Amino acid sequence: MLEAINISKQFSGVVALSNVHLQLLPGKVNAIIGENGAGKSTLMKIFSGVYTQYDGDILLNGNLVKFTGTKDAEAHGIAIIHQELNLVPYLSIADNIFLGKELVNAFGVLDRKQMNLISTQLLNRLHLNLDPDTKIQEIKVGQQQLIEIAKALYSNSSIIIMDEPTSAISDKEVANLFEIIGELKREGKTIAYISHKFNELFSIADNYVVLRDGATVTQGQMNQATEAFLIQQMTGRNLDQQKRSSDVTLSETLLEVKGLGLKNLDKQSKYVFKDLSFSLKKGEILGIYGLMGAGRTEILETIFGLHPQHTIGEIWVNQQLKNIQSTSDAIAARLALVPEDRKLHGLILEQTVTRNISITVLKLLEKWGLFLLKNKEQTLVQEYAEKLGIKSGSNLNIVKNLSGGNQQKIVISKWLATHPMVLLLDEPTRGIDVNAKAEIYKLIKELAAQGMGVIMVSSELPEILSLSDRVLVISEGCITANLPIEFASEQEILKFAILQNN
Amino acid sequence: MKALSNYHALKKFQSLLALLVLCVVLCFMTDKFFTAANGINVLRQIAVNVCIATGMTLIVLTAGIDLSVGSVLALSGAIAAGLLKQGISLVPLDLFIGFTVFGVLVAAMVIGALIGGFNGFMVTKFKVPPFVATLAMLTIARGFTMLYTGGHPISNLGNSFAFIGTGSMLGIPVPVWIAILVVLLASFITNNTRLGRYIYAIGGNEHAAKLSGIKINQVKFIVYMVGAVLAAIAGVIVTSRLDSAQPNAGISYELDAIAAVVIGGTSLNGGKGTIWGTVIGAVIIGVLNNGLVLLNVSPFWQQVVKGAVILLAVVIDKIGEKKD
Repeated sequence: MLEAINISKQFSGVVALSNVHLQLLPGKVNAIIGENGAGKSTLMKIFSGVYTQYDGDILLNGNLVKFTGTKDAEAHGIAIIHQELNLVPYLSIADNIFLGKELVNAFGVLDRKQMNLISTQLLNRLHLNLDPDTKIQEIKVGQQQLIEIAKALYSNSSIIIMDEPTSAISDKEVANLFEIIGELKREGKTIAYISHKFNELFSIADNYVVLRDGATVTQGQMNQATEAFLIQQMTGRNLDQQKRSSDVTLSETLLEVKGLGLKNLDKQSKYVFKDLSFSLKKGEILGIYGLMGAGRTEILETIFGLHPQHTIGEIWVNQQLKNIQSTSDAIAARLALVPEDRKLHGLILEQTVTRNISITVLKLLEKWGLFLLKNKEQTLVQEYAEKLGIKSGSNLNIVKNLSGGNQQKIVISKWLATHPMVLLLDEPTRGIDVNAKAEIYKLIKELAAQGMGVIMVSSELPEILSLSDRVLVISEGCITANLPIEFASEQEILKFAILQNN
Repeated sequence: MKALSNYHALKKFQSLLALLVLCVVLCFMTDKFFTAANGINVLRQIAVNVCIATGMTLIVLTAGIDLSVGSVLALSGAIAAGLLKQGISLVPLDLFIGFTVFGVLVAAMVIGALIGGFNGFMVTKFKVPPFVATLAMLTIARGFTMLYTGGHPISNLGNSFAFIGTGSMLGIPVPVWIAILVVLLASFITNNTRLGRYIYAIGGNEHAAKLSGIKINQVKFIVYMVGAVLAAIAGVIVTSRLDSAQPNAGISYELDAIAAVVIGGTSLNGGKGTIWGTVIGAVIIGVLNNGLVLLNVSPFWQQVVKGAVILLAVVIDKIGEKKD
């Protein structure tokens, strides 16, 4: 039995977990339920030794343990199967199972015969009829997942944590996985099962724990809970939601997408999303909510011309059909995208505030199309630095060392400088402190009031509810609801977000 | 705080400082080093590397590399020499095109532009890693040089052509004037133009640059082309100075150019570095070569020392990064 007692964890001041208390029972499937950002992943990373700094205690079969790293957690019998699988695609099944624990013969040479023999036994246990010499890249994702379980079985793990194991596999594979989970359960293994899919949870889980805002809210037996009750527990904040009063007269349509689809790049299913049609009016803030992997980010990327070869459907800006083949086409159509990961996609970290902001509008700062007018550039950058309250000391400082909030303001500035008609925001307040958050909310509202159209993808329901005029809910690449803000609530949105199409 | 800013100032000029120290040491150790004749000699020797290394800097700033510059130098030099001597005769049309010195210079630059364009095309269109694309070109262009020359030097190119490599204006050798022009132009581009900003942006964070609407492929194409054109100009200088196009010219020049770039503080990961840094890097290598010759150090040891200096420059840089 794995027990967490008063586990707390902070990331540079932001509370991720506070006094979490839960038990994972042997011979049971323990469901861990919570919204995006409720702390599930953080907790699992503590259990599996990824995070070693935390407050509180972990008891393994009654003994206090403190893992020094993932190897240590593994040695204590804890295996985690991440959403993104941890396999080496070019190596064989057997090589992957024995990675880091290779068997060698008396001469120090790999004992392939023995490893293949054991691999075959493990594969049989998992109902997989595969040759252990098969390369990982040649088998299906569902089968790859089972190889992860084979690894866990080989290292004799007693506790297996599965993070959204069914997000990328077919129904048939799900059935097989559940059968195997059932067998593992009967062998007395502890299964921790993280999923958003309630129908799965009700069919497989024995116990549940609900996490909300980094704390355990409730736990109990699955057969005594209802879906409505669990949703209510997941969302039930006491905070009063200050909704936006949609007083902007919504008239002109700024952006309209018709039948928008994105073909899947790695061919698991045919489309990341398809048949999306929606419109955005002048001065409107459209919130897009979906669970992890629903296709939220990809929708914005597609509109912004990042996947031209795989895009189908039409994008109309200001009543004109636009053929957006690149990001520069998107900018010319007066769209702007503030990406989800500002460090990876938004900023050039080693460069100055000035250079980061002016990069989108250098053309306008040129003299005779030949060289840059640096004074004009400074004036422009200073204007945005003041307007958005960027605190950087000097515009000539490197952005790498600034706080998340200031960095985000710089990314927003570089896009406002292009005077967009439609602003696409992907998780605009991820990882920034409360004050900067409030400032960015205020800014978004001001921009909308000035007539800009804003589409905001967010995984934080309160953020969606307090800013949006309308909420699109996405599940598995389809729009499951288009809710005017009057009809939107956390429960309502979540209900549509977990809706399954098939 | 004060110490930190001093440290940063020091870091900015560390390669210049190293160069000064090197010069002072050589002044004391040899009589000949600090003479006008030797100074001009050194400058003449490094002019070719400065040209090539300047182009290389632009490429490295985008996180790329060009290994083919030495071969491009040889091929464009050979074609320049060939055209100067024989022109182009189109027998069926009964047409003969002769080339002036200026004409062959332009022709060499066109050859450079074509090869650089091909490199850029491979890198952007087919996503061939720059290392591989230009490594292949290193062999291809050398092969064409051999085919064109039949493996023999093309010599006796005339006095007016010799001016490019051996002439002087205001007491300063023409190759040095060319190098100065190239450096000023490249420095202006990197510091004061949109293209320059895009080059740094791509090297700093290609994905962010793409999202900002920068046409990544266009910029990369341009830098590979410019890099090869500068190598072609260097090819004309070398050919002119020797009064002969050698099929083996420019072998391993790419390494000297990369060494100058690296010693000058440009990161091979792209996004960081300056043209002036590269110039100083090239001067350090040139002065070092010169000094070691003056000190009668064996050529074998010279290579060891050069390698050690490259390592030292990068190690000092890395230690600095950790402090940041």
